[in-house]
Amino acid sequence: MAALLGRSCRKLSFPSLTHGARRVSTETGKPLNLYSAINQALHIALDTDPRSYVFGEDVGFGGVFRCTTGLAERFGKNRVFNTPLCEQGIVGFGIGLAAMGNRAIVEIQFADYIYPAFDQIVNEAAKFRYRSGNQFNCGGLTIRAPYGAVGHGGHYHSQSPEAFFCHVPGIKVVIPRSPREAKGLLLSCIRDPNPVVFFEPKWLYRQAVEEVPEHDYMIPLSEAEVIREGNDITLVGWGAQLTVMEQACLDAEKEGISCELIDLKTLLPWDKETVEASVKKTGRLLISHEAPVTGGFGAEISATILERCFLKLEAPVSRVCGLDTPFPLVFEPFYMPTKNKILDAIKSTVNY
Amino acid sequence: MIPELDFPGGKVGYTSEMKFIPESSSRRIPCYRVLDEDGRIIPDSDFIPVSEKLAVRMYEQMATLQVMDHIFYEAQRQGRISFYLTSVGEEAINIASAAALSPDDVVLPQYREPGVLLWRGFTLEEFANQCFGNKADYGKGRQMPIHYGSNRLNYFTISSPIATQLPQAAGVGYSLKMDKKNACAVTFIGDGGTSEGDFHAGLNFAAVMEAPVVFICRNNGWAISTHISEQFRSDGIVVKGQAYGIRSIRVDGNDALAVYSTVRSAREMAVTEQRPVLIEMMTYRVGHHSTSDDSTKYRAADEIQYWKMSRNPVNRFRKWVEDNGWWSEEDESKLRSNARKQLLQAIQAAEKWEKQPLTELFNDVYDVKPKNLEEQELGLKELVKKQPQDYPPGFHV
Repeated sequence: MAALLGRSCRKLSFPSLTHGARRVSTETGKPLNLYSAINQALHIALDTDPRSYVFGEDVGFGGVFRCTTGLAERFGKNRVFNTPLCEQGIVGFGIGLAAMGNRAIVEIQFADYIYPAFDQIVNEAAKFRYRSGNQFNCGGLTIRAPYGAVGHGGHYHSQSPEAFFCHVPGIKVVIPRSPREAKGLLLSCIRDPNPVVFFEPKWLYRQAVEEVPEHDYMIPLSEAEVIREGNDITLVGWGAQLTVMEQACLDAEKEGISCELIDLKTLLPWDKETVEASVKKTGRLLISHEAPVTGGFGAEISATILERCFLKLEAPVSRVCGLDTPFPLVFEPFYMPTKNKILDAIKSTVNY
Repeated sequence: MIPELDFPGGKVGYTSEMKFIPESSSRRIPCYRVLDEDGRIIPDSDFIPVSEKLAVRMYEQMATLQVMDHIFYEAQRQGRISFYLTSVGEEAINIASAAALSPDDVVLPQYREPGVLLWRGFTLEEFANQCFGNKADYGKGRQMPIHYGSNRLNYFTISSPIATQLPQAAGVGYSLKMDKKNACAVTFIGDGGTSEGDFHAGLNFAAVMEAPVVFICRNNGWAISTHISEQFRSDGIVVKGQAYGIRSIRVDGNDALAVYSTVRSAREMAVTEQRPVLIEMMTYRVGHHSTSDDSTKYRAADEIQYWKMSRNPVNRFRKWVEDNGWWSEEDESKLRSNARKQLLQAIQAAEKWEKQPLTELFNDVYDVKPKNLEEQELGLKELVKKQPQDYPPGFHV
């Protein structure tokens, strides 16, 4: 993937101002990578709520991606602990803790391994409040999992399973694009009174560096953000894919195409209004995600926008996504929705 | 000196004799019981004495549970409620366990333990309301009958998936431990449920986290049509405790006194030692799995009859209570006719009660209704106004 971006060794930095982009906040902070930003959020979460817990496989020593560094030392092994290797147990235990009014911030080591917990998430967590007539809830549950391509992950260290979870009323699904976003969104997820699945783009753990304010701040859920303004076509994405899309937008601009780029951030419940307003302006929509195209979340966005913006559309909705295969190893560069695939799709949409 | 080797799990002795541990013990783990089949205390039994007041209350509740099961089952047969499942044969497990707990102990049931709710004070009306899904149902009509729940009574709402409550119970127990409460989590499972992955997850987590959880397995011999010989090859469930480092016991689940003593003791251990405990309660599922099942299709009618008549936990306890001079034939007929009358009234009232307002279809999916549900609710309201004949009546829009 680094080769696709043409940057084999450079860390990705997030320009806060490109032509037409909107700067969300003028706050500055220290430059942090994604795992450090997440780590900060977790420190703040545990510091501000004494009945909050962080647990999962290997979180005690800092975690395989270092997201939980320092937590056990600071807050104690009663609150930050390793669990047995059992995802259904991790999430089930978390539901029990959350049902008793605690905040349970659980880590699934790779999103690829979340499936044993799918029953607990779909049949239990998502329905806990509804089925009890609001006598009980497990809103304090937040499930964090690294997701997405990493260059060499193959079938089981690269998956993007967000679409499975977006089909489950009762949970929220949130995916940050950068360190600064991750900290604010994660704190919102932790404090949101609903169970949330938070997918972290593992590719960005070290690769992405951004100024992250040091204080306690939250970024609202279910609010998409226009991170680049434009007039000819709307692009929608989330997570690491936005960096790729942003490169495509820059290239497109050189060819006279003005792209509006939206970070969805929360996939469930998603901010239809922001995307709708943008497409009514541009008349064109392109969605891009790493997950396989068939049944991917892009299909939901496409169908909804078609319903709401049909007469304003100048071209079919375009989806530039992963292929309908298990995530391959040596073929990863061919599988991925690359900058040039996106650029081609932008051009054919604009020239439809 | 026994030679020992050092490994990550600690020191372990070694031997040069290659010996496999047999797949089963020569003797099955014995079953703890206090009362014989005639309701007489077996001489020299260990048990925690039960006062007259407690014993009578326990008996009354066991009999009430029987009446409740009978009448609700019939109500389903008459088409008045859509579904029901009974606890026939397991009244001692239900009531004696509940009696042995403190009201602060948090119960995570499977679905065949309504007696625990009954003991804690859930009224016959409250049971009926849930079964009818009317406006007074705390569950707001969202789930099938018998999926009771009560936060007031510390009884988690029942969900149909099997064994999901077990790892949750470990989390609940851990929370109680961290909050330093004088309470434990108590969770129930059937023999079938122990085959689920969540059984393994729940027990292992409770053990590793040293959580105060009492795991109660109702081994009633059947998981719908699957006999325990098709469920596992171990000596039941009690032997699995040690595999997780969990103290365990097997008890005669049809012996109310034995159940009471066991659960009292297990609860004390769980709370004072901050550890999980596993209890296997041997019993028999006299009723069908549910109103959707006819168990004569897969088991002998005389097997059912035998357990119903000769191994009946209610009759057995009644004999003991009567032998003590604490209960009479007159008390019996009064109790049963009162219970019956109350239940019929509860059902009639529940049936007539207003239905849930339509808005409850859309509430509580999240803490606050999101936009997509607001839109869907508006859309549905329009539709119901336009074509009311497509929809069942009585749901206030």
